[in-house]
Amino acid sequence: MLRYSLKRLLSLGLSLLAASAVIFLTIEIVPGDPASYMLGINAQADTVAALREELGLNVSAFERYISWVGGMLTGDFGTSYTYRTPVVDMIGDRIMISLPLAIYALSLSTLIAFPAGILAASKRGSVTDVSIMGATQVGVAIPNFWFAMLLVVVFSINLRWFSAGGFPGWDKGLIVGLKALTLPAISLALPQASILARVMRSALIDTMNEDFVRTARAKGLSKRQAMWRHALRNAMIPVLTIIGLQFSFLIAGAIIIENVFFLPGLGRLVFQSISQRDLIVVESVVMLLVFAVVIVTFIVDLTYAAVDPRLRGRS
Amino acid sequence: MSFLKSTLRNRSFMIGASFAALFIGAALLSYLWTPFDVTKLDIPHKLRKPNAVHWFGTDHFGRDIFSMIMVGARTSIAVAVVAVGIGIILGVPLGLTAAARKDSLLDEVIMRTNDLVFAFPALLIAIMITAVFGPSAINAIIAIGIFNIPVFARMTRGAALSLWTRDFVLSARVAGKTAPRISIEHILPNILNLLIVQGSIQFSLGILAEAGLSYVGLGAQPPLPSWGRMLAESQTMISFAPHLAIFPGIAIVFTVLGLNLMGDGLRDLLDPRLRQARK
Repeated sequence: MLRYSLKRLLSLGLSLLAASAVIFLTIEIVPGDPASYMLGINAQADTVAALREELGLNVSAFERYISWVGGMLTGDFGTSYTYRTPVVDMIGDRIMISLPLAIYALSLSTLIAFPAGILAASKRGSVTDVSIMGATQVGVAIPNFWFAMLLVVVFSINLRWFSAGGFPGWDKGLIVGLKALTLPAISLALPQASILARVMRSALIDTMNEDFVRTARAKGLSKRQAMWRHALRNAMIPVLTIIGLQFSFLIAGAIIIENVFFLPGLGRLVFQSISQRDLIVVESVVMLLVFAVVIVTFIVDLTYAAVDPRLRGRS
Repeated sequence: MSFLKSTLRNRSFMIGASFAALFIGAALLSYLWTPFDVTKLDIPHKLRKPNAVHWFGTDHFGRDIFSMIMVGARTSIAVAVVAVGIGIILGVPLGLTAAARKDSLLDEVIMRTNDLVFAFPALLIAIMITAVFGPSAINAIIAIGIFNIPVFARMTRGAALSLWTRDFVLSARVAGKTAPRISIEHILPNILNLLIVQGSIQFSLGILAEAGLSYVGLGAQPPLPSWGRMLAESQTMISFAPHLAIFPGIAIVFTVLGLNLMGDGLRDLLDPRLRQARK
């Protein structure tokens, strides 16, 4: 297990290094001189020169890349050109909204998907199963930002149970903060829950047909007992993988949903930075999100290997 | 003939194909005819609720929503089709090559590059491209297309690897055929079914991704109508004109639902094991 973990860790490091190179090349090298790009075509030559100096662009691209990566490793993401504040502080403030939102949505989707998937599998072919699967088909097809808009119309505008947008801040209390994130989290959770419920159902049905479940049934366990004691744990392996794979969709969804609810998270920050041509912020946020996706994949791989020892040899 | 019969009997495929055909038909028809001109502003008739003249109502510029949905279908479908095309054209040869050279350095390089691209959700690719080149429908196509490449490459490699151990491929190797020739003549035709099913799934994901990108302003730009942008524009008016948001949303849901059902039906029809299980 240790050898497998170390191998995966090395692969993780290489992936992150390659991702950082791709992001740096795309955002800083492709458009040409970042200083001219940020200031636009009408900028004076001396202004561009001053900005080049300020951004440290007088050195080679390779040196800039090394300094950017080195800075990120030590927690220094550079300084935002627009706001003149350290990028790490801007990200730190916003991540306190985006991360709880992602965790809240993931928890909700799991809470909805597991009972739905288990119920559908245990009543395979029944009206309950067909209804749950029909609902998940629709759930997968609904764009989360449209669902978010519908939730606002019903629960904010008509029923006035939740605010239509904005975030009051965690200093107003945990309940107030969570309440502001509830509609965004529900809209993010819907497609995730639909996919997870479908995977849960099919994994459980597959496992229920395995020999070890048949043996358990032969030893006198009821269908329900065999499912809860033996099949469920084994069906969790593919479900866990899908949760990991879905994480990148959750990140992308969160970026869009933050815009629906005007939440000052990483998604809003990255769009503001694009419109203000604040490339340092854009590349740092993109790197951070890719880092999150790669780390989650890594954790899922390790958990997967811990649960299923056969996989350790296949690295 | 029996395949045609089972196709017509496959409820999932028939319902899905009908939805998909409805929107593809609307998109094609919009090139020849729309009830109203979507570029013509008609301020006196702005924000009309659905009525006999404007079936889905009008927007804040008095434009007919029904006509805009017809034209918007073009954008969504075109972006998704081209993005799937990019995924297939680049992903399939990469997957075939990786499978033909299994465990070689080339296989390792292709698959690790795939993993790397896979770490970038389509939205992040779009953000990077937009940060550099500005927003446009072309950038949305590139972003979704790049995201599709590793999807098709992985699927192709996985399916091709199992075929390389089969007797008919071994016979071709004994007959002296080269790896690229075997890949094209023997492997590719045998994974075509899988490609069609995966293509329909990626097509529906492409429609959703395009809507999302246009919604946040990274996709199609005015005056090109797009379902995602129609939703974005409706957001501030949703409390007094909900029809602005309801109809484009329903168009997206029905198209994606149709394509997903069609994909499920195709999987049933084209996978011999599932067909056998049904019997």
